[in-house]
Amino acid sequence: MATLTMPVKEQKKTYEQEALITGAEAIAIACKLANVDVVTAYPIRPYDTVMQYISQLVADGEMDCEYIVAEGEHSQFEIVKHASICGARVFCGSSGVGWMYAMEALTVTPALRVPLVAMVGNRALDDPGAFGVEHNDALAVRDLGWLLTWVDSAQEALDTALIAYRVAEDRRMFVPLALSCDGAFLTHSQALVKIPAAEQVKKFLPRYNRGDLLLHPDNVISVAPQVNEDWVMEIRRQNFAVTEIACDVIREVYADFERTFGRKYGNPFFEEYMTEDAEVVLLGMGTMSTPVRVAVRKLREEGKKVGFVRLRWFRPFAGPEIAKCLERFKAIGVIDRDFSFGSPNLSGVVATEVRSAMYTGAATRPPVLGFICGLGGREVTVPDVEKMADNTFEAAKGNAQPLTQWIGLRG
Amino acid sequence: MGQLFAVEIIYRGVFQKTLAKNITRDIVLAAHNQGKLGISFGRYGDSPERNGIPAKSFAIVANDEQTLEAGMAQYEPKQVDLTVVLDDTLAKGAESWAWYGLQPVHRALKPGHTLIVVSLQDAPALLQSIHRREEPYKLGIVKGVTSFSGMWVYKDDHTDVRILGAIAKALPEVMSLESVEKFINEKLKNPLKATSARTAFERFVTVDVKAGEGNPEELFKFGLPRWEDMRCGVSIKGQAQGGPFADPVTGKVGGFRPVRNELFKKYSTRTQRPVVNFSTCTKCTLCWLNCPDAAFDVTTEGTYDTNLEACCGCGICEEICPVKDCITMVNESEFHDNNSQWAAFEKDKNAYLKWLETTIQKAEPIEKRSHGFRYRGQYQEQVPEALEIAQKG
Repeated sequence: MATLTMPVKEQKKTYEQEALITGAEAIAIACKLANVDVVTAYPIRPYDTVMQYISQLVADGEMDCEYIVAEGEHSQFEIVKHASICGARVFCGSSGVGWMYAMEALTVTPALRVPLVAMVGNRALDDPGAFGVEHNDALAVRDLGWLLTWVDSAQEALDTALIAYRVAEDRRMFVPLALSCDGAFLTHSQALVKIPAAEQVKKFLPRYNRGDLLLHPDNVISVAPQVNEDWVMEIRRQNFAVTEIACDVIREVYADFERTFGRKYGNPFFEEYMTEDAEVVLLGMGTMSTPVRVAVRKLREEGKKVGFVRLRWFRPFAGPEIAKCLERFKAIGVIDRDFSFGSPNLSGVVATEVRSAMYTGAATRPPVLGFICGLGGREVTVPDVEKMADNTFEAAKGNAQPLTQWIGLRG
Repeated sequence: MGQLFAVEIIYRGVFQKTLAKNITRDIVLAAHNQGKLGISFGRYGDSPERNGIPAKSFAIVANDEQTLEAGMAQYEPKQVDLTVVLDDTLAKGAESWAWYGLQPVHRALKPGHTLIVVSLQDAPALLQSIHRREEPYKLGIVKGVTSFSGMWVYKDDHTDVRILGAIAKALPEVMSLESVEKFINEKLKNPLKATSARTAFERFVTVDVKAGEGNPEELFKFGLPRWEDMRCGVSIKGQAQGGPFADPVTGKVGGFRPVRNELFKKYSTRTQRPVVNFSTCTKCTLCWLNCPDAAFDVTTEGTYDTNLEACCGCGICEEICPVKDCITMVNESEFHDNNSQWAAFEKDKNAYLKWLETTIQKAEPIEKRSHGFRYRGQYQEQVPEALEIAQKG
């Protein structure tokens, strides 16, 4: 256990600064600004960049926290779980199979109402060992009560990390939140980022107050006792109550973020790009947005009215809003950087969710194509996106298309 | 719908796990000899892998598949046609991991039906422990030493077949004695066991227990909260620490009594209890320090009084006590209340010590008190003795 003994440098800066940093570094800086109390670490690419940056901040005396290097990811997540129950603001994270190794600890945090913020540096699951991005690691907790969000730039990573603490630590919520960042494209690439002043962050982010759920000698409670079948359903219902209000809380926090820092994100749940007069849209999560936007502009020059919807929050899944947004298009192409083997229509996770949301929430029934693309960190190229857009146009014209298509695959 | 029968076996975890499973299985197989269908199962929420914990096993028997399915469409039968209690110390009520508070052993028994207890006691003695109920029922005793064995070993002392014989008498609609004998001869291939079953059948009699007869103790009542009213985060309020308390005779305040969980007392796990000689206690603290259930109160005199609602009867205090006969574990069937021994000692020291002297004489030799086995062949040595008692009836 590493405890900081040197004095922390006084932070007098009250103005916003600009710096060229990676997405991982942006999250490390957010942790410093959020005055995180306990950080646990265990190396695995690409998450490990954030633990390196935080240890640097601690070593430089810029950040004061308990920085604990665990002996594995399971302990890493168990330690922050306990620290959080004792009232500490906590941060940790992992990637790929490291995240999966922590799975038992990940499953218990939602029921225990632990507002843990974790960074998942998205990475393909072994085997084969590969560093590249794939979304199945973070998606493994999608049904367990975790909040899941995907960011696509270093700036958004920093801002969303601050938003994450506000959302997770809201007394109505108290659930863990995973901040998903595509390996390499986001975690390892430097971009210009506006860093808010500590004073502003302090205003935006009040102290974490666990209230009567605090494990403390002055508040004698027992956490996670053994129960029989008479209790579990009620406990699940309590977590369900969180999901019922999650969208409202997130909306409130984004509005307050905008008031405090002046940066606008519009609709918190998804971002629309050139959709106003679009006939068809593509939809996806994470850093694939860059080649998609470039391709959309190129297709527009050719007169093809295509747009893009980037999903920010996967859990909660803003079903009715997404359905309302998509019902006006003639066809939708969902790009999944993941797989869901054996799922209905053999599609990816996001396509399956979008279809489900539209079944109940949309007034129309446009075709929804699923594209599996960019697995294991494979580049999603501009021609790939053009092909997906063209196939979506074909579906809009009523020309039969396979419901699930693998794009960028050899063979 | 055809006829549906449910038999419930209440037993002690680990020590009788195999026995209870064998009996419910055998009921189904014997009934099957008459063309009936059935299933047997242990209550899943129980914790039968823990020493002495009261637990339940069931046999459900029906004449046809649809009726059987109706009997299977619930976790456990809410009403049973027959209840068997395999250890008479359970007659005081049973508290398990699977249910709440102390429950009388006849809780699920249909009015007028039979409760069978394996015991050396007679009906009036057992009815001091068995709780009273609104409806009358029948009580039958299968005379015998309580059959206890270990987790992985089974003491084949004929308790299983003697219970089968008694059930054939009490509930012939489920299975006849002939079906039981056929099952024993074909499946267990032991003619002596068939004889034991027949003897038990012939000897089995019941007494009528009237409404309101029995132990008047008020039973624990509870309600389950709605989800909105439960604390969130899977958290519960902890216990306060406890503190000094008053001597019941002198009124002097001192000592230390921990606050204990009102909702989970655990004492029905106990098959034996410590009897403490307060006059020879050297106040060495070892029993208090080593008790895994914090069952001891420190008295105003600095001696240690067992709280008999918290004591599980493990016997560690007796093992660790350095003074001869200061703590002696005595079979639970010798006692009919959980009153404080120290209060009795304070009220009348001579009377208490006299009581203590006669009571600890009833204790079995220490090497016999363990319910497991200590050497290979120990059970085989015990079987003839058990059979002799059984045959005397």
